[in-house]
Amino acid sequence: MSTANIQVTTRQVGPNISVIDIQGEVTGFAESALMDGYNAAVAEGAQALILNFSELEYMNSSGIGLLVTLLIRAQRQGKKLHAFGLNEHYKQIFELTRLNEAIQIYADEPSAMEGVAAHAR
Amino acid sequence: MTESRTDTAPEESSTSAKSPRDVAYWAKPVSKLKVSEMPVDAVNLNVEGRQVVGPLQGFGQMWQKTYRIRLAGAETQPTDVIATWKKDFPSFWPEGNRFYAPFTGIAPGEVAVLNLSGPGKVLLSTGVMVIYADEESFSFMTPQGHMFAGWITFSSFEEAGETIAQAQVLIRANDPLWEIVMRLFGFAKEDEFWHSTLKALAARYGVEGNVEQNTICVDPKVQWSQAMNVWHNAAIRSGMYMPIRLVRRLFRR
Repeated sequence: MSTANIQVTTRQVGPNISVIDIQGEVTGFAESALMDGYNAAVAEGAQALILNFSELEYMNSSGIGLLVTLLIRAQRQGKKLHAFGLNEHYKQIFELTRLNEAIQIYADEPSAMEGVAAHAR
Repeated sequence: MTESRTDTAPEESSTSAKSPRDVAYWAKPVSKLKVSEMPVDAVNLNVEGRQVVGPLQGFGQMWQKTYRIRLAGAETQPTDVIATWKKDFPSFWPEGNRFYAPFTGIAPGEVAVLNLSGPGKVLLSTGVMVIYADEESFSFMTPQGHMFAGWITFSSFEEAGETIAQAQVLIRANDPLWEIVMRLFGFAKEDEFWHSTLKALAARYGVEGNVEQNTICVDPKVQWSQAMNVWHNAAIRSGMYMPIRLVRRLFRR
């Protein structure tokens, strides 16, 4: 597994809100794809970024490290990072690594949208 | 609605999105660390009952440091390197530092006790939890009180026809005292530590090489909200334990 196997798509879903759809593997090799996705969302004017993990197939510890650096980058630029679509296994990984204390997790896209809107009020 | 796409997949995945392949590689979440049986000489002070902490829970600036060595000329695969590293992990550590691996080895969820040599021969007792382990990498997460909060990932992979061994840390100093210590000399000592470890690993394969290091300050800000982490500071607690340890040794004679 020494190559990137990830597809990242960004969608603007509301004023200043973008969803970053992640499909495939989040490993150390996913850095440029994830950062490009983040940059594309920010270029669209996103203030809130929602990571969609419903098509996540694999994640290792380097991948979790990438999410932390992405989070710090977002925080430094005054953006909020949210997530949805994590299955029970990946929710546990977020809990283990305590990433859930910094990234708000929602069950699905509508509840994430609702949560983001509530944060913005 | 606008849409943009970043695609770095050389091949389309055919696996089901609903069945992650990494389940067996990850530890389960724990609220408190539990140390299994240890040798009698292991000082297990600041591990049992502690919580694990990641880089988001620490106090100091966040650093990502990558140390790597090329096993040039060694006929070995990354999976062999990781198997050896896991099996003989303590033997690659610099002298004076002890890694008490769990009897079951380096596996997800296991907890190891570390007895490190501190300044003035003070023994620093701390530990790590194995949060991830597969055939090509494994990662540790530190407990409250450790000098830093974060993860250390050990991996091996091929690059330009050579096998690389790599250690990567993503860390913040755990509290204000540790931040001072790390800035004064701790980071330099840590660099030395991992350089020495990687050279020892390379030596196992008959390779004498230099360690390449890449250091990135991920977050230059400190987190004052975490300043009270100092309550668990392993150096202070280990120092307080030293007289008790000496008395116990006297009575054991």
